[in-house]
Amino acid sequence: MTKTTYSRRRVLKTGAVAGTAGLMMPTYLRAAAHEGFTNAPTGDTVTLGFNVPQTGPYAEEGLDELRAQELAVEHLNGMGDGGMMNTFSSKVLDGTGIMGKKVEFVTGDTQTKSDVARASAQSMIQKDGCIMITGGSSSGVAVAVQGLCQEAGVIFMAGLTHSNDTTGKDRKANGFRHFFNGYMSGAALAPVLVNAYGADRRAYHLTADYNWGWTQQESMAASTGALGWETVENVLTPVGAGDFSSYIAPILNSGADTLVLNHYGGDMVNSLTQAVQFGLKDRQVNGKDFKIIVPLYSELMAKGAGSNIEGVFGSMNWNWQLEDEGTKAFVRSFGEKYGFPPSNAAHTCYTQIMLYADAVTRAGSFNPCAVVEALEDYEFDGMGNGPVLYRGADHQCFKDVLVMEGVASPSGNANMVGYDTLRIVEQTPRAQVEYAPDHPMFAGGALGECNPGA
Amino acid sequence: MDSFILQILNGLDKGSAYALIALGLTLIFGTLGVVNFAHGALFMIGAFCAVTMQRILGLSRTVVDETQTDFLGNPLQMQVPYVQDWFGPVAGAAIQDWAVPLAIFLTIPVMLLVGWGMERGLIKHFYKRPHADQILVTFGLAIVIGEIIKAFYGANPIQTPMPSAFVGTVDLGRYLGLGEGAVAYPTWRLVYFFFSAAIIAAVFAFLQFTTFGMVVRAGMADRETVGMLGIDIDKRFTFMFGLAASVAGLAGMMYAPILSPHYNIGMDFLVLSFVVVVVGGMGSLPGAVLAGFLLGITQSFFSNPAFKGYFVELLRLEGTFAGTVITGLDQIIIYLVAIIILLTRPRGLLGRKGVMED
Repeated sequence: MTKTTYSRRRVLKTGAVAGTAGLMMPTYLRAAAHEGFTNAPTGDTVTLGFNVPQTGPYAEEGLDELRAQELAVEHLNGMGDGGMMNTFSSKVLDGTGIMGKKVEFVTGDTQTKSDVARASAQSMIQKDGCIMITGGSSSGVAVAVQGLCQEAGVIFMAGLTHSNDTTGKDRKANGFRHFFNGYMSGAALAPVLVNAYGADRRAYHLTADYNWGWTQQESMAASTGALGWETVENVLTPVGAGDFSSYIAPILNSGADTLVLNHYGGDMVNSLTQAVQFGLKDRQVNGKDFKIIVPLYSELMAKGAGSNIEGVFGSMNWNWQLEDEGTKAFVRSFGEKYGFPPSNAAHTCYTQIMLYADAVTRAGSFNPCAVVEALEDYEFDGMGNGPVLYRGADHQCFKDVLVMEGVASPSGNANMVGYDTLRIVEQTPRAQVEYAPDHPMFAGGALGECNPGA
Repeated sequence: MDSFILQILNGLDKGSAYALIALGLTLIFGTLGVVNFAHGALFMIGAFCAVTMQRILGLSRTVVDETQTDFLGNPLQMQVPYVQDWFGPVAGAAIQDWAVPLAIFLTIPVMLLVGWGMERGLIKHFYKRPHADQILVTFGLAIVIGEIIKAFYGANPIQTPMPSAFVGTVDLGRYLGLGEGAVAYPTWRLVYFFFSAAIIAAVFAFLQFTTFGMVVRAGMADRETVGMLGIDIDKRFTFMFGLAASVAGLAGMMYAPILSPHYNIGMDFLVLSFVVVVVGGMGSLPGAVLAGFLLGITQSFFSNPAFKGYFVELLRLEGTFAGTVITGLDQIIIYLVAIIILLTRPRGLLGRKGVMED
């Protein structure tokens, strides 16, 4: 492991850019109180902002993210068993906070609405003096908050956001994503699907009509199309439609033999449940058994969908059933504190906080530009996903992706529905889901220069 | 043809849910003159009555299974429902399986009580206030109820399965002579449609053929005159509020297997139901039912890409901007139809003169 130092030239260059941009910023972002960068910590504490949905359609996931974030703060401050700090390949974190400053945090409720999330993040930066914002559960929200953090000169460590755009056309120098994306889901799933169901399939897509849904559909259509599948129809559905029956009924006579549900959260629970009620899983079309695919799984969605997920393939960023030491340490810490396993949303948020704290410590500074340099092209291990690269070109993490399948609960324990009803089918190697930074699905954006703010 | 029948069925099914909620809204507006924005919350409470019944029947004792371990390596704690202790594993499981239909015994008393409490505790203080005040207070109440539900049940949708006897589809194609498997429709959705039809018929019969109903109808037409005849119309109207709440609650209870209940489910239906009421005509019960089915069927057809493609082809709009707009119409078609109907019939389909026109 090497200690990263950020270059004087780069800080001066980005400082000049930020200075120009700063003239157009609100007063609070240009306040003289900041010493070289926004919200430079001056006392013996440092404040992080946890901006997650605590109400709205993704609230359960937001609350699980919050649990993991609080656990990460405990571990950073030397409480608890240390969790994945013990297995992390970097050893600079010592349980004394971040660079000797005790970690404190404030929380905000994004309500899964971009405008509310931005207002909440702005309040955290302006009133609470947060040096870093983290959180997610919706790509629309993540992209909005990432943009705000770029303008304000603080680091944004994205939580659960799966749209290609977050590190594609909307990528920002101050923003980093540990979670995987739609392209990776498609690249990991397609070979498994073709292997299981054959190359001659006609797929019907129902797609959530927003940023994430579009890129997820595009990724799945491209990756399965490259292996022989035909996309017969892609129907955009409103977010929060509730009753998807009028979108599902036309599938019955469409000639399609596969349904791809590019839905997430409550929408996925409803659309999958209703598709099963319409008998899709029991149908035979084109001489084949009809199949349903949910490209992006989460434990909390699986819990909501109950037995309907049986036999349904999907993908995940991480799962508590992995057997590496990092996963075991995190599951033990989280499980003993809360009584149930962590979700993959919780895992990514915990990891992001640890990575931020580690980057600050290695850089020896809270300056966002120093943190950016410390994270770019950083390789680490021991955080549950095997060896991981934080690519400098787009600030996207590259690691193995999990292909999952819904199964009947092996334990029969009602409290484990959603956790043990997802089985790891394959740990798709990182090389299979990698892509060039200028891949067409990620084109149109630029990181720009990091912004230290003040 | 198969596709056409499926969309009609789907529209009737969707429409029956809209009609049931709109019927309750109209009952309250017609009797008490109150615009009740908390009506969606009543639908939600009904759905959560089904969840509660499922949980009551699932109450369990904990048994430690030393042969298995949990995710932390501790002995596995298994839950054995009391109902299976009392009635045996087979009968107990069957009772649990029928949680949603059995919830009717919980839903009706709870909804009557909630309706009575809402009317006596809050709504009656707003009878003489402007409609804007009524909307604000009932909307606020809906938010409060939603948050209470979230505090008890969490924010995630909760799976509330139908009895296993109703899982799967009915092959209507065979009965209609269209060939086996041509028109397969979910059994529970058919049950829901007939249940809704029965409730709507019962409400109309109650108002049409009972003395109580006759007095209520008279009160809806002229409240003051009925009062001057020595009839305590307020008491009857309070009961009607309870009845409307029960209709909404039953609609929600039976809808729980179709749409997993969550704390915001009422809001999802509320806006659409108000559109249904306005399109049907404020205060008109048959109008609410008619508009419910009309809008349900319209929405169903415009969600079908094949139908929209045919429509675009018919109007020769392929490749044009208008053609593109039509393919995205499913998300706004209900509101578009509402605008067209209100422009041509400002009182709605079956609206009466003088209602909300002062």
